[in-house]
Amino acid sequence: MKKEKKNSRSNFYFFVIVIAVYAITALLDLPTAIRALRIFADILLRIAPVLVLVFFLLFLTDLLISPKKMVKYLGRESGAVGWCVAIVGGIISSGPIYVWYPFLADLREKGMRPALAATFLYNRAVKVPLLPLMVYYFGIAFTAVLTVYMILFSLVNGYCTEWLMENPPGR
Amino acid sequence: MDPVQSARKTLTSFTQMLPIIIGVLLLISLVNATIPAEAYAGFFTGNVLIDPVLGAAFGSIASGNPITSYIIGGELIAAHISLTAVTAFILSWVTVGLISLPAEMDLLGKRFAVTRNLLSFLFSILIALLVDLTLTSFGVSL
Repeated sequence: MKKEKKNSRSNFYFFVIVIAVYAITALLDLPTAIRALRIFADILLRIAPVLVLVFFLLFLTDLLISPKKMVKYLGRESGAVGWCVAIVGGIISSGPIYVWYPFLADLREKGMRPALAATFLYNRAVKVPLLPLMVYYFGIAFTAVLTVYMILFSLVNGYCTEWLMENPPGR
Repeated sequence: MDPVQSARKTLTSFTQMLPIIIGVLLLISLVNATIPAEAYAGFFTGNVLIDPVLGAAFGSIASGNPITSYIIGGELIAAHISLTAVTAFILSWVTVGLISLPAEMDLLGKRFAVTRNLLSFLFSILIALLVDLTLTSFGVSL
């Protein structure tokens, strides 16, 4: 509860700082601030459905998934299943990366291992609906090779993140 | 668990997270409004080792829809910027989030966020080199 209050306060301070940055920008260069606000409105409209989806996922996990189940599928003992869930989950999740932080924070609290959270986030780089566009710009060979490396390195990224968290350099 | 209680709990935590998500969104919009897409090409040096690092650095700062990174990447290739630099750029665009780092630190922990982003930055350079090497060894050029 205390931690939640502290987080809520730091979230509010962060927001106030961002508003202050905008106020300074508006004073120095009003057209840029207005352009930024238009971009903001545009992005907000686009991500609104994803935010709603994340809200429902948070609600469903709270309602249906117990920490015990979470540990089984995404915990330390989850093995290959856990890695596969993280890879597929990361690839199929849509919208910007930051809207998924609350969902992952909730899963982490319930016992998801850090390696799988990092792997999930890395696989957000593999955008299946955008693959045709990547092929158009860079060709099929580049797209195929890059996609394979991204998926392989998502595992390395996950493993290394967890290892470095548990064995910080200089300790 | 009681659905009403679950919904109330979710709503409370979601409301607490909103200022940080909106804040990150505002910052991303400001960066996009300040740095025009065509400005990126001017930063590259032509050095095979420095350019991938620069590509990864710009991709880490920039943010937004990955489509934009593909378009900028396509323009950079047309401007004869190296494939490793462009690959590092489009890869770090989606894997490293410097602007969303405060949100990630707040929600997922400082150590996790910093470690993950640093590794993603390094891997974007490494993968860029590997992609170039793989394509070259198969005789593929863009």
